[in-house]
This record gives sequence, C-alpha cells and structure tokens, in this order.
Amino acid sequence: MVRVIITYDRIRVEEKALQRAGESLGADVRLIDVKDSFIDITKGEVNPEVLKGDVVIQRCVGHFRSLYLTAILESVGVPVINPFYATLICGDKLLTTLALRRAGVPTPKTIVAFTRDGALKALEEVGYPAILKPVVGSWGRLVSLIKDVETAKVVLEHRELLHPLYQIFYVQEFIKKPDRDIRCFVVGEEAIAAIYRYAAPGEWRSNTALGGRAVKMEMNDELREVSIKAAKAVGAHVVGVDCLESERGLLVHELNSVTEFRNAAPATGVDIAKKIMEYAIKLAKK
Amino acid sequence: MKVKCPDCEGEIKVPDDAIAGEIVSCPDCGQEYEVYFEDGKLKLKQAETVKEDWGE
Ligand SMILES: [Zn+2]
Repeated sequence: MVRVIITYDRIRVEEKALQRAGESLGADVRLIDVKDSFIDITKGEVNPEVLKGDVVIQRCVGHFRSLYLTAILESVGVPVINPFYATLICGDKLLTTLALRRAGVPTPKTIVAFTRDGALKALEEVGYPAILKPVVGSWGRLVSLIKDVETAKVVLEHRELLHPLYQIFYVQEFIKKPDRDIRCFVVGEEAIAAIYRYAAPGEWRSNTALGGRAVKMEMNDELREVSIKAAKAVGAHVVGVDCLESERGLLVHELNSVTEFRNAAPATGVDIAKKIMEYAIKLAKK
Repeated sequence: MKVKCPDCEGEIKVPDDAIAGEIVSCPDCGQEYEVYFEDGKLKLKQAETVKEDWGE
C-alpha cells in the first residue's frame, strides 16, 4: 500500500478533499500537522517518524515553511509535490518571470528596479497605470495598481519602511482585461481544468481569496500549451497557472505551487483532488 | 458539537469530523481558533494570525 503524507499547518477544504481522494484510491493517507514539529536535519533519514511516506504532498499555507520542509525531505530522498526548486521559483515572482521567459512562455512586460528612484523610472517606462508587486507574498497582498506618479511616490515611500525584500520593485504592465483572469490547473503533463476568476465588485484583483468568483472555462489549445510549458519551466508536478487575456494572446503572470482549488472543483466538475492523488501515487511507485 | 468561545463564551460550532489544525471562528467575536486534541479531547487554541508569506 502506498503511503501518502500530506503535510499542513492549517487544514483547509483542499487537504480534506485530498485525504478523501487518496483513501478512495486505496492509499494510506496521513495528514501531518508540521507546525510544531522539530526536525534533526543532520540525521540523514526521514524524521520525525510520522513523516515517513512514499511521497509527500506539501500543503503548508506558509510559503517558507513549505520551502524549507521540502528541502529537508528531498535531502533524505523523499519525493515531494512540489519539488524544492519549483517551490522556490513559484514563491518568487521575479524568478518565475525569468524561468517563464527562458522557456518561451509569454508574460506581461516586466521591469525590475532596486531603489525608489529606479522604481519611478520603471513605472514611467512601463506607463501608467502599472502594477507594482512584491516579489514574494500571496493572496494579492501589497499588490498595487499605480495610477499616476503621485500615487507611486506615496506607495514607494511606504515600501521603504518594510523588509529589504520589498525594495525589489517588480513593475508590470497593467493588462486591460475583462475584469477576470484565468487559473489553469496542471497535474503532471496534463492541463486538467481551468476557471475564469472574476474580480469581486470594487476590487481589481481577481484572487478568490479576495472574494473573486470562479467560473468554468473550456480548455483550449493555447491555454493547454502555455500552461504545460509554464509548469515545465519551473519543474512543478502540480501547479496553478495564472494567465491574463491580452491582445498578444495569453500571458502568464503567476504560478502557484500549493494551489487552492476549492472553488475550481465544483465550478469545473473536475475532481482536482483525485487527479492530484492519482499523480502522487504514480510518483510514489516510480 | 458546540464549544464555548474561550474569549467571549459565544457558541462555536465544530464539525464532528474535525481534525487537528482545522480552523473555526466564533460567530460572536470573530476570533479564529485552531482545533487540537489533548488526551483524546477536542480543544481550541488561538489560531496563528495570517503571515506575509501565506497563501497561494
Ligand atoms: Zn467569541
């Protein structure tokens, strides 16, 4: 029997769905809360004992927890969904853009700067309105739509008070989109489902964490191709690929290595948890 | 089952199949709690607050 470990720090709908899916497929699924665990990283074997499995699905909501726990597990030979490298890249928007460009995946125009003055020039170059994002962080936090140079100055001043990581200014063109973006779910080599995420009223960001609404999108060749290419570009097993519709076609702007799918599964009718579990079991048997 | 909110004594509904790490919130004061088990008994502790690196 394949033992699948699901590591978490906060149980969400997704983790429960994964557990049910795994059990229906005959796997021995263990949900392990890793929040308060402590791990001897010099031991050379999987510890604590509860983390011993044939495969681990990493579901911590904290990115850095995910990232470092994955490094530890991989160092003792456990296959993890997703691998360390994929988690590292997906957790950083700048590194993601670089990986996508290298793989020939279309992205919005992006300019990076390292100081307030550099950022002002970057915004000028991209043209207002532009989007300023921190390279780390999620659920749409600190992502700002900058309408003009006055707004820019206020926002940049605020950023100067934060951690040095927030002084890596990632400036991206604002794509005039039909108040929605696209999330495509890739599992292994397959694009299994896609949704439109509509922004909540009065909100320009379409993150479902910010009240955005999920609506089924029919898979098409273009979406399938860019999504699979994007997943490969970062070496992810399971990933949520966020795309924007533009005059130049689909542009990928973000990848999510611990993807949420509670809204997408009912909207699309695709059993995303089962697809992930089937893949995990296959990976464990390799 | 129903558990008393440690803060305001409001009534918090906890699903019967709750697992450790599950988050419940108090309908009265809005405080979030995490479910944990001690000697097989379900208990609540203050949930971690959202951190900057949380989410997808
Ligand atoms: Zn209360």
